[in-house]
Amino acid sequence: MKIAVCLKRVPDTTAKIVIGASRTALDETGVKFVPNPYDEFALEAAIALKEQAGAGETTVITVGTDACQETLRAALAMGIDRAVLLQSPGSADGLPVARALADELKSGGYDLILFGKLAVDDCNHQVGVMVAELLALPCITAAAKMTMSGGAVEAEREIEGGVEVMGCSLPAVVTCDKGLNNPRLPSLKGIMAAKKKPLDTKPVTLEAASFEITSLELPAERQAGRIVGEGAEAVPALLALLRNEAKVL
Amino acid sequence: MKVLAVTEQRDGALRKVSHEVLAAARALADPSGGAVDAIVFAAGPVSGMDQLGGFGADRVLHAAHADFALYSPDGASATIASIGAEYGAIVFAATAMGRDLGPRVAARLGVACATDVTALGVEGSVVTVTRPICAGRVLQHGKLTGKTAVVSVRPNTFHPVASGKAGSVAALTVPAFAVRVASKGIRKPDAAVLDVTEASIVVSGGRGLREPANFKLLEDLAAAFGNAAVGASRAVVDAGWRDHGEQVGQTGKTVSPQLYIAVGISGAIQHLAGMRTARTIVAINRDKDAPIFKVADYGIVGDLFEVLPRLTEEVRKIRSS
Repeated sequence: MKIAVCLKRVPDTTAKIVIGASRTALDETGVKFVPNPYDEFALEAAIALKEQAGAGETTVITVGTDACQETLRAALAMGIDRAVLLQSPGSADGLPVARALADELKSGGYDLILFGKLAVDDCNHQVGVMVAELLALPCITAAAKMTMSGGAVEAEREIEGGVEVMGCSLPAVVTCDKGLNNPRLPSLKGIMAAKKKPLDTKPVTLEAASFEITSLELPAERQAGRIVGEGAEAVPALLALLRNEAKVL
Repeated sequence: MKVLAVTEQRDGALRKVSHEVLAAARALADPSGGAVDAIVFAAGPVSGMDQLGGFGADRVLHAAHADFALYSPDGASATIASIGAEYGAIVFAATAMGRDLGPRVAARLGVACATDVTALGVEGSVVTVTRPICAGRVLQHGKLTGKTAVVSVRPNTFHPVASGKAGSVAALTVPAFAVRVASKGIRKPDAAVLDVTEASIVVSGGRGLREPANFKLLEDLAAAFGNAAVGASRAVVDAGWRDHGEQVGQTGKTVSPQLYIAVGISGAIQHLAGMRTARTIVAINRDKDAPIFKVADYGIVGDLFEVLPRLTEEVRKIRSS
């Protein structure tokens, strides 16, 4: 079984956010970058599926600058076999990125292509399913549970007020949600082994974008309100404020 | 600009978010006097379909197909793509369905997709959007310059409009499509529960609840409100007390209810990111220095095990009066 995982390098979710001088990008100075947390569920799923099958190959692919090599090595340290870096400054538009990934994936003979359900930086929520459309493959998005049997995938995804069960046959694209598994931490042995695993770099030129960022801004800070009181005695005063002042009841 | 609003139905009834999608579509169409079509995917008639005119649809396109009782990713994307080029914009809800379907349609039309939009505008034929990114810690302003702008709007941010339009219903021909992926059904919880992203009121609990069984206190409060959903902090979801579907914050959901009540939640930055756009925030916490009080409009410092039962009792009185 050949499995590909498409990964994105993102700022750590606890990093302090500063908007850069261009006003259209974040200032990356001093920011720690990590593999997108949702992509870690995809990496873990790929490694575990290969372990269960006892054979196969896992590949991690990203679109980005050379700084992504570190992120790819982190995936190799977890247990992925090989990495591909599609060198590009990237795009705010998900479709050109999806096209570059689809170009790389189409001749790979992959049975399963995994993504995180979204990247926590731009929250675009789209590249995985776009790749599936471009490759005319079935796609299940936001899978929180996945089972494979006889060349078919069944996955559960959380929807408003319930759980939707989706099924398709391989080859397929699945985007992964929290709940799917608990991603392993790289072992020391894994980190050493990762240094010797193949990491191919290929320059790519992304197609023109039809979405562009005009500016970024930090949302207005919420003002601290007031302490209505202490203990259960404060409840009537709170409800009066919610009814008469906030008008939300 | 002519705009297509993609509605959602479940079990033959339109979902509330459909009216929000129509409101967003009208915001794009009205500046240029354009028309709004609402598309409804279903196996048969859908209750509320003939009233979509009242919410802003000039025309309702009924795409009926045996496969459309449940969400059909391939059928819905093929149908929208077959008519999509007629529209300057296609508006989805940023729901489980809309987040799956919007990018499919965008890929088929070869245009960009802006997801989870909280504000929309039009400049000539260009659609402008505002989207919270980095889990709400940054607002991204952008523009869609393709022939058709595909957007999904975050639930609870566009408010349904009342319009006197007739909204005639017309049958839409569903093109032939290959079924690559299919829904095998929806598993619902024992009792009907509101989703945290769609509820008007969210009552969330954290570590301060001490043990999973104590979430009953929050469920009682939610039931007393009637239109409330129960949410949870990451700490209690990771501890296995609550389902991930209830998690508010980064790696969980971003919510914008009218009222958010945080109970026994200290207010880690990742949690605040997920609820800071609520209209009104109430915090109940023992620790008067908890960061949650820095974003709360109203706070009660105290033992939640005393405050919650009283709050539930008083809310019941209000709701029954």
